[in-house]
Amino acid sequence: MIDIKGLKKHFDRLGVLKELDAQIQENKITAIVGHNGSGKTTLIKCLLGLDKYDGGHITIKDYKLNGDWGYRSQIGYMPQIARFPENLTATEVIAMISDLRAGSTNKADDLITYFRLSGEMAKPLRNLSGGTRQKVNAIVALMFNPDILILDEPTAGLDPISSSLLKDKIIAEKDAGKTVIITSHIMSEIQELADTILYLLDGKIFFDGPVDALIAQTGEKNLERAIAKMMS
Amino acid sequence: MMTLLKIIKYQLHDLLRGKWFIIYIGVFFLLTDGLFRFGGDSGQVSLSLMNVVLFIIPLVSIIFGTMFFYNSREFMELLLSQPISRTSIFLGLYLGLTIPLSAVYLIGVGVPFIYHAGVQTGSYWILLLVGVSLTWVFTALAFLIAVLSEQRVKGIGMTIVLWLFFAILYDGIVLFILFALEDYPLEKLTLALSLFNPIDLGRILMLLQIDIAALMGYTGALFSKFYGNMFGSVVAVFALWVWCIAPLWLGYRAFSRKDF
Repeated sequence: MIDIKGLKKHFDRLGVLKELDAQIQENKITAIVGHNGSGKTTLIKCLLGLDKYDGGHITIKDYKLNGDWGYRSQIGYMPQIARFPENLTATEVIAMISDLRAGSTNKADDLITYFRLSGEMAKPLRNLSGGTRQKVNAIVALMFNPDILILDEPTAGLDPISSSLLKDKIIAEKDAGKTVIITSHIMSEIQELADTILYLLDGKIFFDGPVDALIAQTGEKNLERAIAKMMS
Repeated sequence: MMTLLKIIKYQLHDLLRGKWFIIYIGVFFLLTDGLFRFGGDSGQVSLSLMNVVLFIIPLVSIIFGTMFFYNSREFMELLLSQPISRTSIFLGLYLGLTIPLSAVYLIGVGVPFIYHAGVQTGSYWILLLVGVSLTWVFTALAFLIAVLSEQRVKGIGMTIVLWLFFAILYDGIVLFILFALEDYPLEKLTLALSLFNPIDLGRILMLLQIDIAALMGYTGALFSKFYGNMFGSVVAVFALWVWCIAPLWLGYRAFSRKDF
């Protein structure tokens, strides 16, 4: 379980996270939603140690984050924009991350086949399309079989086939016992994937509960309308 | 330590495939070779190259270093989300850039020197030492600026202003100070002021080796007296390396607290 208590983060004078409390359950897909600038990405970056928070604390599986970096071996992260050293090939990037992370992986080949990337692996990354890079990004996040997956708008830029493949993979990972945290602006996607929703508003959690409960609470027919009603 | 070496290895791998380095090496190679072919001896070639080294290397290092840092932003995020320390990432990126830049300079200038004049001259070694030191100093300054400034245009603008300051304005300011204080003894002040500009330190080290310090008049004699002996040279080289380590350390401190 990921336990977040009193998390505070500000950029200059702008408070982004304001004593945010949340719990992210294991073996579930939790979607973090909110309007632009509500602090979704900041929250994710605090979990990853990319942003240094100003107050509060985060505990991941009984390990309290303290600026150390070892805990990230349990996390696979897929950022919004996939960019790698331009002159390396996809094969080299995957080899590089495996080498740097010093964790053995035997999943990379399966994932390359799964995402139908075999024909693209020998090309320099600068020659690959945004969607193809995003698939390389997904492989990097998944290949170490991490317990926690953090996916920031994972299907952005993917074609419908690849998007479906990735969504199937995310569900399979959850079924395998992984904890998945996802952000997306596509509400139908969240409704399809997520068990739980953390709705951020003005740096705090405005709603924390199952997707169905949110829809029922607002009396709307789907998540998109439920969120829209809550925001209005 | 292993992670640091691995990051350096992959940086080298990536950078050395770019055309940029081939152009950089080609310019130095053709320039040095050309100067020898047009009849210069090693002293004259060193003197001609000195001006190139003192202006071009800081400019290339500081601009390329800043652009490289900004362009590596997403790659840094990727590395930072892995179980890798920020120290390894920062030093890996720095060394992964300074090592190929230095190697390109050493090959571009060093190889034509060896086959035209051999390696016997002192000016040869100083030329190489100063070129490499300035590469490391100005890449460290570039990293410091890029870490502190989020905006790319502002960051690159600041690097150009800093380069202009050290390469051109600083000497003007020093001259102004010396002129304004001409009634006072200025020897120690002049020596001290030279320590605060890495390009001046490089220039002094080279001029003393080429043995034309006398052309600089009284100040040259003073520099010759101080920097010409072993202690003075050690102070100058030490000051150059302080110019590298101080911004690198400040950059690292800012990097380790930075939000990505």
